[in-house]
Amino acid sequence: MFRLPADKLNEFFAAIASAQSLYIPVDGDDGRASYKKWTEGTALSKALNTVRSAKDFFFPQTTDICDFNMNGKNIEIIDNRTESEDFVIFGVRACDARSFTILDKVFLAEPIDTYYATRREHGTVITMACTEPEENCFCGVFGIDAAAPEGDAACWMTEDSLYIKANTEKGEKFIESIKSMLEECDSSAVDAQKAKTKEILEKLPFANVSTDYFRKNTLLDIFGSEHWKKLSESCLGCGTCTFVCPTCQCYDIKDYDTGHGIKRYRTWDSCMYSDFTRMAHGNSRNSQVERFRQRFMHKLVYFPDNNNGEFGCVGCGRCLSRCPISMNIIKVIKTFGEE
Amino acid sequence: MQEAVIKRAKELLADGSVNRVVGWKAGEFAYDTTPAVFTSAEELDAGFIYNDFCAPNLSKYIIKESRKEGKLLVFLKPCDTYSFNQLVKEHRIIRENVYIIAVPCTGKVDVDTVKSKGIKGITGMTSDGENVTITTLYGEKTMPKSETLGDKCRTCKSKKHVIFDEIIGDDGEVNTDGARFELVEKLEMMTPDERYDFWRNELSKCIRCNACRNVCPACTCESCVFDNPNSGIQQRAATDSFEENMFHLIRSFHVAGRCTDCGECTRVCPQNIPLHLINRKYIKDINEFYGDYQAGSDLETRAPLNDYTFDDCEPSIVYKRGGNE
Ligand code: SF4
Ligand code: SF4
Ligand code: SF4
Ligand code: SF4
Ligand code: SF4
Repeated sequence: MFRLPADKLNEFFAAIASAQSLYIPVDGDDGRASYKKWTEGTALSKALNTVRSAKDFFFPQTTDICDFNMNGKNIEIIDNRTESEDFVIFGVRACDARSFTILDKVFLAEPIDTYYATRREHGTVITMACTEPEENCFCGVFGIDAAAPEGDAACWMTEDSLYIKANTEKGEKFIESIKSMLEECDSSAVDAQKAKTKEILEKLPFANVSTDYFRKNTLLDIFGSEHWKKLSESCLGCGTCTFVCPTCQCYDIKDYDTGHGIKRYRTWDSCMYSDFTRMAHGNSRNSQVERFRQRFMHKLVYFPDNNNGEFGCVGCGRCLSRCPISMNIIKVIKTFGEE
Repeated sequence: MQEAVIKRAKELLADGSVNRVVGWKAGEFAYDTTPAVFTSAEELDAGFIYNDFCAPNLSKYIIKESRKEGKLLVFLKPCDTYSFNQLVKEHRIIRENVYIIAVPCTGKVDVDTVKSKGIKGITGMTSDGENVTITTLYGEKTMPKSETLGDKCRTCKSKKHVIFDEIIGDDGEVNTDGARFELVEKLEMMTPDERYDFWRNELSKCIRCNACRNVCPACTCESCVFDNPNSGIQQRAATDSFEENMFHLIRSFHVAGRCTDCGECTRVCPQNIPLHLINRKYIKDINEFYGDYQAGSDLETRAPLNDYTFDDCEPSIVYKRGGNE
């Protein structure tokens, strides 16, 4: 474990940024945080988390895939990707750090998504332990420890110091690169903070929400449940929950005809949208009940079924705070759990 | 209030006047209320609420609900009645299938506003109409309710219900102080470049989540132009600043003259973009060019933008105001 005096934070950022791009959570004029590239004068946000999740770094909302140039009967394929720069994301919370593991299971499984893989290779994730979780946080339900986050290296911020510890080889390399600024120390201050945070985490309103129902019942029983109709009744189908979610991973690919060639690109898509399943033969999900059910079946049933029981939610609480009509995964889990 | 509301809902269900009730359902915390349909007294007792936290506008739901079997009861706040009227006027809601009870409103508490004051971990809130008491994981706080209101309630246009079959409590008045146009005036005073920068800064935050469109009671096209698979573009992200601007320009123009200024778009925007200001500018212009007009205030008045009269202002007014000829 290493320590940096808190008043050296700016120099610390400058040192990182001198070698590679550094992104940190920054407050907007309205107090809502988002990741911004660090430049001299950029201050670290005090907000618990960003409105958009950190998945943007590896799975951005739009990705240019390739261009096609048409020349008579010849088609030239141009791979114009540019993601070859190393970068650091600093201040990622435990929930978002775990979301990368979940996305890895999708994008790094065969056939590997090379766009995602390149970004993952070039990115170093430095996490920050939470000390003041919000009422909507329930990372603990999925076995995530907000006081000891994953990521390449984890940080803890106290009044006067920043503590940092490597979790991976990449993290060790990162610490090595800025070691001259750090002093080695023991973990007593961090342990004290962890103990304090743990007490708060245990008191969170959703700390003891049980996901057992989704383990004990069969896919078909859950799929066919009467609950979906009521739960989805007022869903607007806006897709906000999927766009702010760190683990939502669906996308669509489109060819844009520029008049003299084709630009192939992909953007996030949402299972909440009516045309998500529109195919040549028609649409297999014609009502919002079916679309709504898909989002939660995916996170709570299909994903765990295919990934050794790991749920596809990290309990970040974004869908709780951002759904226009306050319908969310907690209300779904509880409704089934209370059956 | 809540008791009176539930009592009436039960009576109307019991005597068969209606077979379901559209209202607000309690959530996990005080503030996360969800629009819901209730079909029995038990369901009403279990979850129905009407209090200072029921911000969602229920009118849009009535488009679908009024097409179902039997008559329904809906509770509408003053601003919701304007949206309702507008939808009746546009033949979207089948009026005969709806029984409306008007409920009074003194402004709704907005949790994001409360959180913007640095209050974290909100596990409960109560309001006595004057003050809001907030229980959090980190202690209890009290603040005047006026400080907790969201945008839409801070500049409330009217406390008067413009359509109902029955009213609980006394009806209020239309707010004529014009305060809701203050920010629009500020924007008008800016130079075109400053204004452009203001909107670019705001719209560049947009994640194209469609919350604003889907919540908007004026956005009711069966198939939205932004969902057109033949448009040639994906429409799932603002791939560049042009697409970012266009989405909002097209959407706002499409609801121009029909937007009742209900404020839902801004309430739900996860990126806190003051979207309502775009249409508020159109509303202000309509007022100035064609005489005062409030969408949804009645079922008869012809909308200025859909109506031709010899008194219509000449386009030259645009030039007088500094536009290019
Ligand atoms: S489903 Fe909701 S709580 Fe779970 S990871 Fe996604 S946004 Fe976060
Ligand atoms: S969900 Fe957990 S890790 Fe994420 S912000 Fe909340 S407490 Fe921190
Ligand atoms: S659950 Fe909420 S956020 Fe998600 S699509 Fe439905 S209304 Fe939108
Ligand atoms: S609600 Fe906000 S972020 Fe979402 S599409 Fe509308 S303006 Fe963009
Ligand atoms: S544009 Fe905004 S303020 Fe106007 S009707 Fe739609 S949601 Fe309401």
